[in-house]
Amino acid sequence: MNRRARSAVFLVAAAVFAAAFTAACTGLPAFGTSTHPYGSRAVGAAIQRHTANVVSAVNFDQRAIDTLGEESILFGAVLGAVVLLRQARDEDRQAPVPGRILPTTLLLGAGLLPVTLLVGVYIVGHGQLSPGGGFQGGVVLATGLHLAYVAADYRVLRRVRPLAALGAVDAAAAGAFTALGLAGLITGAAYLQNVLPLGTFNQLTSGGLVPLINAAVGVEVASGVVVLLAQFLDQAVEIESPPDGERPQGTGPSPEAS
Amino acid sequence: MTLLPFLAAGWIFLVGVYGMVTSRNLVHAVGCLAVAQSSTYVLLLGVGFRKGATAPVFADVPVGTPVVDPVVQALVLTDVVVGATVTALLLSLVIQIRKRYGTLDPEELTGLKG
Amino acid sequence: MSGISGGVDALVVVTLVLVTAAATAAVLTRDPVRQAAVLSGLGLCLALLFLAVQAPDVALSQLAVGTAFTPLLILLTVRKVRRSGRGDPADEDGPRADKAGRGEGR
Repeated sequence: MNRRARSAVFLVAAAVFAAAFTAACTGLPAFGTSTHPYGSRAVGAAIQRHTANVVSAVNFDQRAIDTLGEESILFGAVLGAVVLLRQARDEDRQAPVPGRILPTTLLLGAGLLPVTLLVGVYIVGHGQLSPGGGFQGGVVLATGLHLAYVAADYRVLRRVRPLAALGAVDAAAAGAFTALGLAGLITGAAYLQNVLPLGTFNQLTSGGLVPLINAAVGVEVASGVVVLLAQFLDQAVEIESPPDGERPQGTGPSPEAS
Repeated sequence: MTLLPFLAAGWIFLVGVYGMVTSRNLVHAVGCLAVAQSSTYVLLLGVGFRKGATAPVFADVPVGTPVVDPVVQALVLTDVVVGATVTALLLSLVIQIRKRYGTLDPEELTGLKG
Repeated sequence: MSGISGGVDALVVVTLVLVTAAATAAVLTRDPVRQAAVLSGLGLCLALLFLAVQAPDVALSQLAVGTAFTPLLILLTVRKVRRSGRGDPADEDGPRADKAGRGEGR
């Protein structure tokens, strides 16, 4: 199908979708309505389990099995990217040429890096109290680590980033989440049910299982994102693919069919 | 006004799909997919909004103040991070396609090879 | 009370318009390198919208992911796929503005 036919089909489909979607939107409750049946029940349940951040309670306590699935998707995507971006047989690794580092940028990066990592750990640790949690804190930690790359050089990043250890930590944290659910089964309740002591509301150790799962997810997301970025940086900076003409298997684009 | 967030979400979705359909570069297509994904976030959070309410975190407000719906926020929260890693997986596929077929133009990548 | 919610509503409308404009711009930018920059702006506008609808957790996630992670991945991919040989029109472009160009062995 050539371009014009494709665009025409798309425009027809888009028109139908737009009409149906607008009709459906008029059936939704008005924007800003005060009746949220799921919301009010979720808030009540979170208060009952002494978790101040209701979103974390929903993620790690009431719907923890959904979060287990999402975190497995993340793990699987990291795994897939690692496999896809492996160094192939016809590629070789070339040491990167050191880039020009500005001393002021280096100073700023060196000052900001530990602060950012600390903020990331804070966001992970206080997920059950204030806005935050494993997912947000993990991404902050991972992107904060790459301040070393932005402010300095690729070689500096490689020194502060123990890649093999992070891969093992990623897998261990993913397993830890699964294993924490067994705490419920051991005490006779359901898998991933909140069976630990609930603590005092608005204290750091409140919420039972929520802080522990929070920590496991935070570690998993942080190490997963660092490993993921490492694969891309490796491919872009170090690994040299052979130019197009010398490709041994001789695959080219398939013949134009139009 | 009451329909504005939902219609905006629908528009963003259609724009993202339009970009994917008419793209001449696979990396650009992946970026348009990210735009289409963000439309679902806007729609979900628009559904959960409540006038005069605050964030669903009781660290500093007394228990009992009206809050917005936390369930849709929990859905969107994990989706944002996981969607980004799936984008990363798609980009690694794009790199492999470039290595094997030498081109990033979807119109030249026709035909299934048996 | 109605004054505050009126202000919040105005903020929601403004950020919604910004998001729509940024999304349209991101799709219409055909060059992946420039699209990465526009996607970063879209991430920022989305984070502001999520703040306006009282969703700080989601705004935290979106800020880190949308402004830093995804554009960085796109830039690294573009860096990797730029090669001599058969390319598409987007390859023959002006000076590379990406960060990934530093520290590479070429």
